[in-house]
Amino acid sequence: MEAGVATALPEKAGRRPLVSRVPRFLRTPSGAVGATLFLAIVLFAVFGRLFAPHSPEAPIGIPGSPPGPEALLGTDALGRDVFSRLLYGGLSVVGLAGIATVGVYAIGVTVGLVAGYSRSLVDPILMRTVDFILSFPALLLLLILVTGLGTAIWVTVVGVVIVLFPGVARIVRAATEEVSQRGYVESAVARGEKTPGILAREILPNIVTPIMADVGIRFAAAVIFIASMNYLGLGLRPPSSDWGLMVSENRRVITTNIWGVLAPAALLGLLAIAVALVADSYARTRGRSGR
Amino acid sequence: MSAEEKVALRVSGLEVATTKGAAIVEDVSLTLRQGEILGVVGESGSGKTTTALSLFGYASRGARVERIAVEAEGERIEDPRRLAALRGEALSYVPQDPGTALNPSLRVAAAIEDMLRAHRRGAEGRTPGQWLESVHLPGDEEFGKRYPHQLSGGQQQRVCIAQALACGPDVVVLDEPTTGLDVVTQARILRELVRLRDEEHVAMIYITHDLSVVAQIANRIAVMYAGRIIEEGPAEEVLARPRHPYTRGLLASTPDHVHTRPLQPMPGIAVGVGDRPQGCAFAARCPQRQDRCLAAMPDLLEVGAGHRARCLEWERTPAPAAAGGHLSRRDLAGDHEVLLEVRNLAAEHRSRRETVVAASDVSFSVAKGACVALVGESGSGKTTIARTIVGLHPVAGGEILLGGESLPADAKKRSSGQRRRIQMIMQNPADALNPRRTIEWSIARPARVLGGMGRREAGAEVRRLLEAVRLSAGIVDRYPHELSGGERQRVAIARALAADPEVLVCDEITSALDVSVQAAILELLDDLRSRLGLATVFITHDLGVVAHVADFVLVLEHGLVCEQGPAAEILARPRHEYTRRLLESAPSLSAALEAWQTVGDTPAEAVLEGTGPGGGSVLDSSGG
Amino acid sequence: MEAVGPPPAPTAVAPRHWRRRFPLTAFLVRRIAAGLVLLLATSAFIFFATQILPGNVAQVVLGRNATPQSVASLEAKLGLDEPVVTRYVDWLGNAVTGDFGDSAVQLGQGAKSAPVASELGEPLRNSLILAGITVLLMIPLSFLLGVYAATRAGKPGDHITSLTSLVIGAFPEFVFGTLLILVFFSLLNVLPPVALVPPGTSPLAEPEALVLPILTLLGVTLAAGIRQVRGGMIDVLESNFVALAEINGLPRRRILWRYALRNALPASIQIIAQNILYLLGGIIIVESVFAYPGVGTFLVEAVNTRDVTAVEAVSLILAAIYISINILADFLVVVLVPKLRTRL
Repeated sequence: MEAGVATALPEKAGRRPLVSRVPRFLRTPSGAVGATLFLAIVLFAVFGRLFAPHSPEAPIGIPGSPPGPEALLGTDALGRDVFSRLLYGGLSVVGLAGIATVGVYAIGVTVGLVAGYSRSLVDPILMRTVDFILSFPALLLLLILVTGLGTAIWVTVVGVVIVLFPGVARIVRAATEEVSQRGYVESAVARGEKTPGILAREILPNIVTPIMADVGIRFAAAVIFIASMNYLGLGLRPPSSDWGLMVSENRRVITTNIWGVLAPAALLGLLAIAVALVADSYARTRGRSGR
Repeated sequence: MSAEEKVALRVSGLEVATTKGAAIVEDVSLTLRQGEILGVVGESGSGKTTTALSLFGYASRGARVERIAVEAEGERIEDPRRLAALRGEALSYVPQDPGTALNPSLRVAAAIEDMLRAHRRGAEGRTPGQWLESVHLPGDEEFGKRYPHQLSGGQQQRVCIAQALACGPDVVVLDEPTTGLDVVTQARILRELVRLRDEEHVAMIYITHDLSVVAQIANRIAVMYAGRIIEEGPAEEVLARPRHPYTRGLLASTPDHVHTRPLQPMPGIAVGVGDRPQGCAFAARCPQRQDRCLAAMPDLLEVGAGHRARCLEWERTPAPAAAGGHLSRRDLAGDHEVLLEVRNLAAEHRSRRETVVAASDVSFSVAKGACVALVGESGSGKTTIARTIVGLHPVAGGEILLGGESLPADAKKRSSGQRRRIQMIMQNPADALNPRRTIEWSIARPARVLGGMGRREAGAEVRRLLEAVRLSAGIVDRYPHELSGGERQRVAIARALAADPEVLVCDEITSALDVSVQAAILELLDDLRSRLGLATVFITHDLGVVAHVADFVLVLEHGLVCEQGPAAEILARPRHEYTRRLLESAPSLSAALEAWQTVGDTPAEAVLEGTGPGGGSVLDSSGG
Repeated sequence: MEAVGPPPAPTAVAPRHWRRRFPLTAFLVRRIAAGLVLLLATSAFIFFATQILPGNVAQVVLGRNATPQSVASLEAKLGLDEPVVTRYVDWLGNAVTGDFGDSAVQLGQGAKSAPVASELGEPLRNSLILAGITVLLMIPLSFLLGVYAATRAGKPGDHITSLTSLVIGAFPEFVFGTLLILVFFSLLNVLPPVALVPPGTSPLAEPEALVLPILTLLGVTLAAGIRQVRGGMIDVLESNFVALAEINGLPRRRILWRYALRNALPASIQIIAQNILYLLGGIIIVESVFAYPGVGTFLVEAVNTRDVTAVEAVSLILAAIYISINILADFLVVVLVPKLRTRL
């Protein structure tokens, strides 16, 4: 064989060294701060209840008392320990938003892949449905669903999925359509690979980046919607411990104990900021216009 | 004529580096006289665009102009930041991609008006309409009111040129101004530039990767390699008697449809920024390398009158092979077995609003070991025909036969045997391979799906195929982004071969590659074709490439076959008007050299006057 | 003269059809027609989703202890004994004339007639005032700050603007509103924690009450607007035609206005429209936070009491506004982008 050319193509210097396994977007200052904060709040929300000094539902003193030795952050509008309720009240936000986000991506990616790859009527039908959902203000859609289906937390979670999946579906559809015109996908079609195989092997791995780019934003949106519905009293109901619910319940006693409102509001705010920082860092290291 | 003219621009000691300190462009000096076109030639990564931009004190992100001295307008500027004062005054710029270079919300006349208002010298009493007319665009109000998207690519480029002229500069810098335009439009633009030089006395720096283009218009040529000028001199001398082995290699890799001779690819690939060796950057690929070449970068040495080369061994550089040589064209008369036959094929593009005919009544057949080329500009339907052959595009009429039996139109409906026997190589090496799969996976897949091989068997096959396309077996676990464009295209060829095909459909497989890489790929393909007896359908817009690979040619325009016949016949004696126009517009090195020898001036002028080879009827008839 | 090649643009021959002669009007008519169809679909969704799903409206409104007779009588009053489709057609027909039906809750409490339309007037006006002021402040501020940040990309001015808007934009509305209350009422005691506007008076008569709701809405929407306008502007500033204008020595001011901003405008308009749409959702929450008597508070109250007719009325009005803003934004973009305008 013509060895001349073969040797002239130089062997590239080894494989990439396994430098740091930490992704680049977590190595920027805002990414690192955001990720640490996020992790801290999630740990607080999931495991905090193990350290609660009191039951979250039993009154321990006069409603609206300021912080004291018994109650680190005082008592709430019904005389329960704010700190204990705070330790219990994050799981609903983080957990439900997490479940909703998983649902959003399961449906959004499936719909987007099918619509983007299909050359038939399936595409316009799916995408018109998506357009239709997007023609409502999101919160209004949630309120309409609650009116029809009654106040229950599962209605809110399903509603959040319905409201958020169209955004994912649109992105996935556009990416799928673009990738399916690439040479390697056409080669796969020409050699007769089956459609599910093409979607799974050739297309899906190559649209992971645009899909992942918005996970943070969607999760943050799920947090906001679920917390807001709880705040309005249309999701979780008393006596559940939930940060959103706490903010509205304790409004009555802010003049005597500001912590009943400030602490859960601050945690929700920090959670949202943490996610936003990580998402922003991700977008910037991917060279989008965030720079 | 240029010697007595006054110097319009003198650049010396240019150095551009990445912000991390690696040199991109080093030690570049240029001198340009009034009424002269300097062609700057280089392959991708040679630093030619970086050089052009740095004259304006402009560097793309991640780069910085470290050192420069510019003399223009009788002034000497050494601070890169002060070069901004020259922008649009002494120098103006015509960019590569006119489609994105014009403000989409500004009408054509207003775009030129902007330049007039910004530059005192530009005013000169001419109106925007007159400037448009100076590049042979209509100067009327209706045209001036158009937006860029309402113009063709050639018109957009003329507007860019008019804008650059309207600044009233001493020197216009043109960066690949015809790349992306079809050859007929390219020929018109080149003619326009020559006229502007001769009539308006504009000095120009013309940057391109294509030697045969500069051969048409340049008075002097500078060849760049790895960020330095490696040879510089009068155009005719550099092209006729190159003294740097790289220049010679580039010439030998450039396809030519007028006097076709076998291509001689250069081994290896260009060194990247940051990997440059201490000695001569070309040494690794150089056939006449000596030990002293590795010690230090040679200086530009005087090798003739006004001709300099950066090579210690320049005296040993052999002269380019005389035109002629022999091509291994297959004998079409022989009764070879016909493998693929296309009969009265028609195809359409359907959108919601309209149906466009992409191909109509196309018929040809390809015998074992033969190569049929489909030639045409973009929009001629050539790629659509290729896609129908492999079953990726619906057939609107006619049929495709493989080994005498009719093929179903849709790849899904073909038997796996039929799919195996026809393989396609796609145009763009950047997306030919799945970025998330290893090279081994990509090549093995057709062997397993179509060839029914097991994992181990396919693995051995992959290694055998890599050797066949002259790649090291060590790259099996690499990913596509770790390979160069040429290497990726070789992998794509290996993948096509993995199916053990009989027919190979190649869709513009070299159009994204540098000429030296293209030459190597074409040679590889030629070798495989004769060894494996592959029937090849070769899609291209480049007549030079056709001359090198094809036995039989179909010339397509708007989906219709203008002319078809044996390649040698069509290239030498075109019958159809369109074929003739294409052939006359396509730049050719050998024709340019011939014109020099007969007329003694730059070829485009000769062609302009109808004395050059090919008679130049197009260029004339299109003029006003 | 060289053959210029066929211009892709329309020819000079005057087409007869009005759609050809007034392409912009034709586009607008087409978009409005599509919008009406969408609104029809929306109305059907609102009607069926609120009514038909589980349970019976009358039963829910009256509670578990209601007697079958009272349920039946309320059903009759609400017309629930008729087929669904008939009810939908009636409802829609009346809604078009501004009659949204009677409040189910008030009928259930014994009222003879309780037209939702008459109760909606004041909340609607209050909400429009709140949203209107916010939008009037948001549009110029998004532009100014977004463009400011883009032109100083990478410098301290940009970092401060971008980080601030990132942080503020991340908050849920009720959290931001609550924090504002904590600062301006609990801590400084300069503004009231609730925006009570007595019935029959205009919120404009109580400017103090409006400050915090507007600040909250502005904070959340402006942040997103600034970031996106900045991004769009940076994209244009990095485009080839801006680079070419710089290389060919056009004045900086001209490049900024006529090359960069002019081409960033359509995207910015879309972004601002998006934020106005977002505001429609946000206003529901913000009004609840400050107990501001607008449609948001009205709607949440109606959802809480299962006042189906009231929910339907507010939803339909909000959806109509939503669709109208979309059409307006599309239209503006088409007017501003020559490529879209000339290809109509």
